[in-house]
Amino acid sequence: MDGWSLLSLVIWLPIIGGLVVLVAGDKLSRPAALFFSVLTFIVSIPLWTGFDASSYLMQFEEKHVWIDTFKINYHLGVDGIAMPLILLNTFTTVLIVVAGWEVIKKKPAQYMAAFLIMEGIINGVFAAQDAMLFYIFFEAMLIPMFLVIGVWGGVNRVYATIKFFLYTFFGSVFMLISLIYMFNKGGSFAIADMYNLELGMSAQILIFLSFLIAFGVKVPMWPVHTWLPDAHVEAPTGGSVVLAAIMLKIGGYGFLRFSLPMVPDAARELTWLVIFMSLTAVVYIGFVALVQKDMKKLVAYSSIAHMGFVTLGFFLIYAIYNNTGSYEGSVLAIQGGMAQMISHGFISGAMFLCIGVLYDRMHTREIDAYGGVANTMPIFTGFFVLFAMANTGLPGTSGFVGEFMVILASFKANFWIAFLAATTLIVGAGYTLWLVKRVLFGGVANDQVAMLQDVNKREFGFLAVLAFAVLLVGLWPQPLLHVMEATVVHIVDLATQSKLPGVN
Amino acid sequence: MDSVMNFSLATPEMFLLAATCLVLLLDAFLGEKCRTFGYIAALGSMLATVVLVVNSYGGERAEAFNGMFVLDNMAIVLKVAVLFLVMATFIYARPYLIDRKIFKGEFYTLSMFATLGMMIMISANTMLVVYLGLELLSLSLYALVAFRRDDGKSSEAAMKYFVLGAIASGMLLYGMSILYGLSGAIDFKGVGSYVASQDIMSNVVLLFGLTFIIVGLGFKFGVAPFHMWVPDVYQGAPTPITMFLGSAPKIAAFAMAMRLLVGGMEFGSAGWQQMLIPLAVLSLVIGNIAAIAQTNIKRMFAYSTISHMGFVMLGILSANEPGYSAAMFYTVTYAITALGGFAIIILLSHSGIEADSIEDLRGLNDRHPWYAFMMLLFLFSMAGVPPLVGFYAKLAVLQAVVQAGFVWLAVLAVLMSVVGAFYYLRAVKLMYFDKPKEDITLTMGVGFNVLLTTNGFLVIALGLFPGLLMALCAEAIRVSL
Repeated sequence: MDGWSLLSLVIWLPIIGGLVVLVAGDKLSRPAALFFSVLTFIVSIPLWTGFDASSYLMQFEEKHVWIDTFKINYHLGVDGIAMPLILLNTFTTVLIVVAGWEVIKKKPAQYMAAFLIMEGIINGVFAAQDAMLFYIFFEAMLIPMFLVIGVWGGVNRVYATIKFFLYTFFGSVFMLISLIYMFNKGGSFAIADMYNLELGMSAQILIFLSFLIAFGVKVPMWPVHTWLPDAHVEAPTGGSVVLAAIMLKIGGYGFLRFSLPMVPDAARELTWLVIFMSLTAVVYIGFVALVQKDMKKLVAYSSIAHMGFVTLGFFLIYAIYNNTGSYEGSVLAIQGGMAQMISHGFISGAMFLCIGVLYDRMHTREIDAYGGVANTMPIFTGFFVLFAMANTGLPGTSGFVGEFMVILASFKANFWIAFLAATTLIVGAGYTLWLVKRVLFGGVANDQVAMLQDVNKREFGFLAVLAFAVLLVGLWPQPLLHVMEATVVHIVDLATQSKLPGVN
Repeated sequence: MDSVMNFSLATPEMFLLAATCLVLLLDAFLGEKCRTFGYIAALGSMLATVVLVVNSYGGERAEAFNGMFVLDNMAIVLKVAVLFLVMATFIYARPYLIDRKIFKGEFYTLSMFATLGMMIMISANTMLVVYLGLELLSLSLYALVAFRRDDGKSSEAAMKYFVLGAIASGMLLYGMSILYGLSGAIDFKGVGSYVASQDIMSNVVLLFGLTFIIVGLGFKFGVAPFHMWVPDVYQGAPTPITMFLGSAPKIAAFAMAMRLLVGGMEFGSAGWQQMLIPLAVLSLVIGNIAAIAQTNIKRMFAYSTISHMGFVMLGILSANEPGYSAAMFYTVTYAITALGGFAIIILLSHSGIEADSIEDLRGLNDRHPWYAFMMLLFLFSMAGVPPLVGFYAKLAVLQAVVQAGFVWLAVLAVLMSVVGAFYYLRAVKLMYFDKPKEDITLTMGVGFNVLLTTNGFLVIALGLFPGLLMALCAEAIRVSL
């Protein structure tokens, strides 16, 4: 489509940038990192403007033979679900560089380099159209994140980062076996070829379960979510933001790219399992969030609950299709899940950045240590309240769009599913608003709070940009939904066609 | 063809033998002061051997010495790999040897004899030549392990290695004699045609002989349950010797397995496949789990080697072409990675202090970020994390295993690599997340640093572009079988 190899640029520019930052040394590292992150963001914008939303086909494709022995190709391309996530990633990385500007005093060059390299790798995950290439990016991402949490993290960082690594590593190795199995069956690692591969039911079930472990750990779904609160609490602010805003989305993206189209019959068969796990995440984890004493932990649990919505939306499609016999409700459910992913990327990133702003001043994340912050930090309070409202799904903010669409779709599936999903509106409002009340409002709790300085220009900058994004998606979601519509229709199409041998 | 001597095919081996004798004489006459000269002579003769090896290959399989010696594509690739690994060992070892005052000519002579043994093993075309090469390698290694003769641990390790190694050689020879008795042939072609005429599963005597051969091979590979010597020898031997032991001989062992099992008994694969399965499973389980408990980094690497050899076993037992080439790729890339890992241990040892506790890695990133980064690459590569080369090695083996129909073995292998990831991560944790205990600046010569950087670069470059080496291995296996 164009000779610029845009996707390669979005992947390799930040990686090379990261190496340059590493070489540039601690002094120059910050401006260099800002330069590369902004440049990558600018380079990624044409992906949106040049995108043809009417087609579900891969766009900006690149294909080169890479490992001939296994017919692995360096094959890149984006469709309506991958492209917004790449933009979310390049956008978030700029914020992380800005947010870490003065705060990171220990080895800033290595810190910035780790995030830039991670940005490139994650873009690779979203752009890969070859299953093995996807897997390689998917795993490679663990190395920088492992170091980020371990080097710049809190007191208990070693436990958290090893737990993070082993959980995700454990999850993904089974996917590797599944991919190899499908390669041996079909003779190709291309994702598109795997869509067309006929598979028997028992093979499909096993493959589906291996994908469920891989992506379920990443999302994370209940009951394999326990690494996330630990990782979030110990990670530096930037690490938390990438984790919540981008990495969790890879799990959701994996369900759409791999599970549903590759093993549709198993997905239909086991849809109850995923719906059960998702609803547990939404309801039970919501209550768990209510009792947290650590702000980051609270937001981490709320992330799990919100991601439960995403997986719920993705796997409702079979029930909806059975009840209504049409695609429309299913498309609505998946679009809702996708909108929730993008919106959660903004909101959770913003929440963690806000907590980071407080932590940089007070060096504690205990909710009890705060109180009456609104008196000393009025501007900050304005932002925090906005993001908190978005987190509860207030209409007009981005959080509303996805939740509303998923709940609406779930009514077409089953009333009780919709009912349970809707409880999140109450529980979510409960824990978020209670957090706001305890931290921001009331009298000034102690001397430290009384000494707090309001946000500086740098902090105002990134919070304002995020606030704008949250409101933009909330008030005018149409462009976002339009971009992904054709792709989502295609995915529903693939997911509802049987791949059992002899059916077609 | 049988009557042709074809000396020219063995030129590299003959040259290396002459060069080794020359280095030995040089050392005797020049003495202590000019030892660097001997070092350069050793390196130079290895390099010349590489050139001769590459030139000796005429493009297709050829035999010499009445069919006792074979030169094929696989032999060329493996010999070049062995020679380069040994040369790298020489360069890495030098600072350590000088520091410990064991910078002796014998190190080079013995290593070169061992290399000669490996080259003979690689090119062997009869069972006796395999044995000849193996003994030349083993005897040199026994002496090398005991290189610090005033050191109790080193002598103990050598003793253990010698006794167990001798038993293993005996087993191997016994198995070979049974095969000879059955088939009346010592060359692989003769043995092969006998095995092809038999139903291996019902021929008890043949199975009996095969068992002894597998036991002997297992000892030489160091796979469980014949792994007892590995941790003790790795720990007791001086670090450069451990490095030598842990890299090139693995390639020779692979060649030996290929010649004996595939070259000689391809039609008996049903027999050795079922024997190799428990070996592979036990190695993966014992290697990875026992490595977690180690506090000595050399012991940790020893157990990790056992688990990696389990992967090589998996490749061989797939008994298909992708499996053999995957095992070959695995062995070569593992040897490269292990070389780097041991180089870091050499680096950490300073002024007479052995840095063989895992604690010695503590805070390496604060002291020497570049060395720490190199070690990070080696460790993650061993753990099998992409985009480093270790991942592709595992991928290739797993693909072959799944293709052979052993999905459960593949699942077990990946589960065990998750277990294995833990101890590699622990080492990374010590380097990156912990503060150094003492602030010692480590300095190394230019040669060492350049080589270490090249080594680390290879681990990344082979990870980003594994296709070339993979194709080379696949081609070697395809042409040579």
